[in-house]
Amino acid sequence: MDVIFEKTIGLTDIPTHYCPGCTHGVIHRLVAEAMVELGVLDDAIGVAPVGCSVLAYKYFNCDMHEAAHGRAPAVATGIKRVHPDNFVFTYQGDGDLASIGTAEVVHAAHRGEKISTIFVNNAIYGMTGGQMAPTTLIGQKATTAPYGRMEELAGKPIRIAEMIATIDGAVFVERVAVNTPANIRKAKRAIKECFKAQIEGKGFGLVEVLSTCPTNWGYTPEDALKWLEKNMIPYYPLGNFKKPKEVE
Amino acid sequence: MAKGKVIFQEDLCKGCNLCVTVCPAGVIAIDNTNLNAKGYYPAGVVNADKCIACMNCALICPDLVITVERLDK
Amino acid sequence: MAKVLMKGNEAIGAAAIKAGCRYFFGYPITPQNELPEYMSRELPNVGGMFVQAESEIAAINMVYGAAGSGARVMTSSSSPGIALKQEGISYIAGSELPCVIVDMMRGGPGLGGIQPSQTDYFLATRGGGNGDYRLLVLAPSNVQELADLVMDGFDLADEYRNPVMILGDGMIGQMMEPVEFKNREGKTIQKKDWATTGTKGKRKPNIINSLYLDAEELERHNEKLQEKYNRIREKEVRVESSNLEDADLVISAYGTTARIVKTAISKLEKEGYKIGLIRPITLFPYPYDEFDKIEDTCKGVLTVEMNSGQMLDDVKLALKGRMPAYFYGRTGGMIPTPEEIVKKVKEILGGDK
Repeated sequence: MDVIFEKTIGLTDIPTHYCPGCTHGVIHRLVAEAMVELGVLDDAIGVAPVGCSVLAYKYFNCDMHEAAHGRAPAVATGIKRVHPDNFVFTYQGDGDLASIGTAEVVHAAHRGEKISTIFVNNAIYGMTGGQMAPTTLIGQKATTAPYGRMEELAGKPIRIAEMIATIDGAVFVERVAVNTPANIRKAKRAIKECFKAQIEGKGFGLVEVLSTCPTNWGYTPEDALKWLEKNMIPYYPLGNFKKPKEVE
Repeated sequence: MAKGKVIFQEDLCKGCNLCVTVCPAGVIAIDNTNLNAKGYYPAGVVNADKCIACMNCALICPDLVITVERLDK
Repeated sequence: MAKVLMKGNEAIGAAAIKAGCRYFFGYPITPQNELPEYMSRELPNVGGMFVQAESEIAAINMVYGAAGSGARVMTSSSSPGIALKQEGISYIAGSELPCVIVDMMRGGPGLGGIQPSQTDYFLATRGGGNGDYRLLVLAPSNVQELADLVMDGFDLADEYRNPVMILGDGMIGQMMEPVEFKNREGKTIQKKDWATTGTKGKRKPNIINSLYLDAEELERHNEKLQEKYNRIREKEVRVESSNLEDADLVISAYGTTARIVKTAISKLEKEGYKIGLIRPITLFPYPYDEFDKIEDTCKGVLTVEMNSGQMLDDVKLALKGRMPAYFYGRTGGMIPTPEEIVKKVKEILGGDK
């Protein structure tokens, strides 16, 4: 008999604090497996955000920095400029990347920093208890949008993958979701492609991962996955927005 | 005859039920009589014979509870 | 080594490179732009790396990443930009990382002006960002001292795993004076086992972090930081003082203001006054004990600053109520003249001798 699936060495043995059914756990695993499979775990230096995944520095089995809210791409820039041969990644949520940290991610992409950013979009602020995020959908309720997000007051939700793809320094941009096993497999493939863009010295890569927040959306984990499929995917379409040109 | 075998580390399980929903063969169920060390009702195998080693459960599990083995013919 | 005529801002860059600094992350702001410009020219020549960040906030976070990765790294700005950096500086101090931060102070508050000031004394010495931390603050008075303190700053930062701030002002950044860069032979850069370099499969992951969710653990961490600051207080005080023994009055000032004060003192001495000087060189740790050397017969201490009275508070603490603490200051970018200081001293001491 063959073991065909077991816990990756890219994650520590520390059990995560995430809510039951929160797909952060899935995304952490994909990132860790990708690093192991590409042979970069021993050279990896990651940057954790502020948000539910603030404790990611305990879960990834590599050197880690805890960054201030939104600043991870700047911190990663400092690390990568000092250690250009190491594999440097950031792991950020929607408050971190799409709100306070938008300048940092845009400029890291603009400078073509050879780092990889995993952007976890769950359309809400999880850790602080369910406030509206820049990615919260129109009509979606949040504790700071109790009547549902209204375009006249808060604008439309922001599409990060499309925006980052317009920047020349960003060489790999894809949006994926982790709501089904099939999508999870595709997400892992995209994450590996993104990491390869760094390993091959090509430039900045970002994978936006649509994720659930059962607790703050007010759904069971299973219903949360369905809500993601029904509401998030139509507004945040999955697919590749940019990839490095094939070398002739 | 089962094609696969799934092993659950029940003390890591948070009872989220996602594995149950994605298993195409009805192998897994939550055991509502068995509280684990964390205070959750963990998922476990109830129909081992039906496992086809598709790995859906392990893929969707956020907590690395499940190990999957493919059994020899 | 020969003396070179250099502008203060550029001398900082040259001194940093001599001290082994190979990474600079900064953002343009008057009156310190010559420093990032110098680093952008010179760092590539020594295998270093210069990045103009998108903001002062991004720059200090790049410093945080580079420092945590084991590098000797510097950033610089002026007062409004230093205000932006406070979050990052707090993280660096909380994570116990070394770095050098240069503040060329200008008039404030807010956007203020571009002329020199000393308005960041509180910010520099009381923390500035959130939390109970301190920076080691060095206040040079001329370009030679500026170069020397920058080099010492890198060594002190590494030794104590703490950010070091070089507190200058627009004058010292812009003026050109002869500088001789000290020989660094025998000075080795400490190995940093705690830095993130990739585990290489050979060690446990290194984590650079200032988050401690358990209150008892965070208290222990804070006690560790305070113990470090106490060691710094014991060992790193630097001060220049003169004529304290039978002074009619003592003047306390730092940075370029101290040079103006020295001119005022020599004018007053020609008229028969006995005026002492205490010029703190480290603003944290502050040379409180130096003030004990002033005899009770002294009429008081006059603090002269380019602000509305910040170091004044530390002087009052140092005096322990033994004698009056007087103040003379200019704000907004105005620079006091020796004549104004002479006039103030005469007011205090009651007329010409």
